Amino acid sequence: MSVVGANYSYWITIVLMVGGMYILIARGNLLKKLLGLAVLQSSVYLLYIAPGKLIGGTAPIIAEGYAVYSNPLPHVLILTAIVVGVATLALGLAIVVRIREAYGSIEEEEILARDRADDDEAR
Amino acid sequence: MLEHLAALIVVVPLVAAPLIVLVRSRRFAWIATTAASYLSLLFSVQLFWRVATLGPVSYAIGSWAPPWGIEYRVDALSSFVLVAVSLTASFVAPYAQRSIAREVARDRQYLMYAMYCLCLSGLLGIAITGDAFNLFVFLEISSLASYVLVALGPRRQSLMAAYQYMLMGTVGATFYVIGVGLLYLMTGTLNLADMAQRLPGVPDVRPVLVALAFITVGIGLKLALFPLHQWLPNAYAYAPSMATAFLAATATKVSVYVLLRFYFGVFDPARLFEHLPTREVFVALSLAAMVAASLVAVFEQDVKRLFAYSSVAQIGYITLGIGVDNQASLTGSIVHLLNHGVTKGAIFLLLGGVALRAGAAAVRLETLAGLGRRMPLTALGLALAGLSLVGVPGTAGFITKWYLVVGALERGWWWVVAAILASSLIALAYVWRVLEAAYLRPPAASAARGEAPAPMLAAGMAMTALCVYFGFETSFSAGGAADAAALLLRGLR
Repeated sequence: MSVVGANYSYWITIVLMVGGMYILIARGNLLKKLLGLAVLQSSVYLLYIAPGKLIGGTAPIIAEGYAVYSNPLPHVLILTAIVVGVATLALGLAIVVRIREAYGSIEEEEILARDRADDDEAR
Repeated sequence: MLEHLAALIVVVPLVAAPLIVLVRSRRFAWIATTAASYLSLLFSVQLFWRVATLGPVSYAIGSWAPPWGIEYRVDALSSFVLVAVSLTASFVAPYAQRSIAREVARDRQYLMYAMYCLCLSGLLGIAITGDAFNLFVFLEISSLASYVLVALGPRRQSLMAAYQYMLMGTVGATFYVIGVGLLYLMTGTLNLADMAQRLPGVPDVRPVLVALAFITVGIGLKLALFPLHQWLPNAYAYAPSMATAFLAATATKVSVYVLLRFYFGVFDPARLFEHLPTREVFVALSLAAMVAASLVAVFEQDVKRLFAYSSVAQIGYITLGIGVDNQASLTGSIVHLLNHGVTKGAIFLLLGGVALRAGAAAVRLETLAGLGRRMPLTALGLALAGLSLVGVPGTAGFITKWYLVVGALERGWWWVVAAILASSLIALAYVWRVLEAAYLRPPAASAARGEAPAPMLAAGMAMTALCVYFGFETSFSAGGAADAAALLLRGLR
């Protein structure tokens, strides 16, 4: 029980990480792949944030009556990582929009089949 | 002013990018890009000289003392990489104007320059920062910018290439940041030097090993370590010429630098190489890259793809030096960051000129027919840089192979020397196919004659000249690399 109970945040992290990777690899739809990527990145947010929080800990402001502080640094780091994640997702969605305009599809198989057809024509 | 060089080298291109987007003028964009590139070259040469004479430079961002604040740290290795990156930038920037004018839609050209400046800023930042998380941020700045550079390519395949590059690159960066997170949990610090000091005292090694695995695979994706190179051929083949030249010469090389910094500067190299199969893994993957990717290149019809596969093989040489792990082989690895950058940069710059004259987005082997008569200087440049890829004496590529062979012989690994020779022969085969098309096939009747526009030709030829120059005069290239290798083997202290 202690393996699961005390470290349950790590188990959630692992589930998100593996789930995200699975969606990324197994799905052929370009949009779903991006969602998998977003899930994978969220697992990192949890990996950083969860250990920084101590039960009963407060913000690290020295004051009478407070002895246990939570570490604020992971929050700052993950704020940055979230910004990076948002930028990546935005860029990814923009590229998918352009791909749909150019190919009329967002299914990987169909797009690659069209590229192969183009290559054969060029030959 | 002088003491702020370490910050300015990143800040100048970083500020140039939003300025370019605000002004929206193509002319201003080009001038700002060129100025930022030359300033970064000036700053990095200055830093290289300072490090060589006075020792490592440490700069506390915002005056927050390390290890609490972010430290920019320039030592023999990072200053070498800074010079290699900004040197490439200083050739690509003057080339960019004509090339971008031809390949990118008019209303998007200024964005291309902005992305190039961001990419440059990110790459320089990776090389200069001494903070693991700051490194991640710069890694993503440069990567996101390079996805856009690829996506701005002239064909619709560029979009798909950029998408795949983005997926694999982001997985790589996420793995890296997972690794850093585990290291942070175990050591409580993000400063690389501080982390190295605290790691031996960590009681539980398993999270550290997991961090090592995540960082190796993550950075392996970014540097296109075989078999994680799947994104590279399409990204290089379909990107605009100037982006291909810049990314091929710098992006993967800077990722190798990250790997070197973690392997020798954070993890304990003695433990890494003696107790873990690091050496075996790197030598095996590198040899596979050198042979398999070169063989694919031999059968490729698209010339940009051909040289992209050649890049995968050449990255194999760089990682081979890490696997052999001694002074000579590491010198070979580090000097190849520069030598291969110069060689591939020259080739892709010249191919950009060929594509422009041919009026086609794709350069196929048939496109090159009769190039020796139609564009004699470009053909000569391709021939010289091609010989440097093969590693003919008198070219930069030879210097690399010399150090790698010496390193392998010191270990008594004859079979590695045999593999280097075999890979060089296969390289000769694919370079020969290009030269055969250029010199022995008659030009098509419809093919345009005349060299590429002067600034493009000059940039390509100047870089070709560097391939030959670094084949003879090695006091900067191999000398700087040897200093960096010695520093690595001392554990970056």
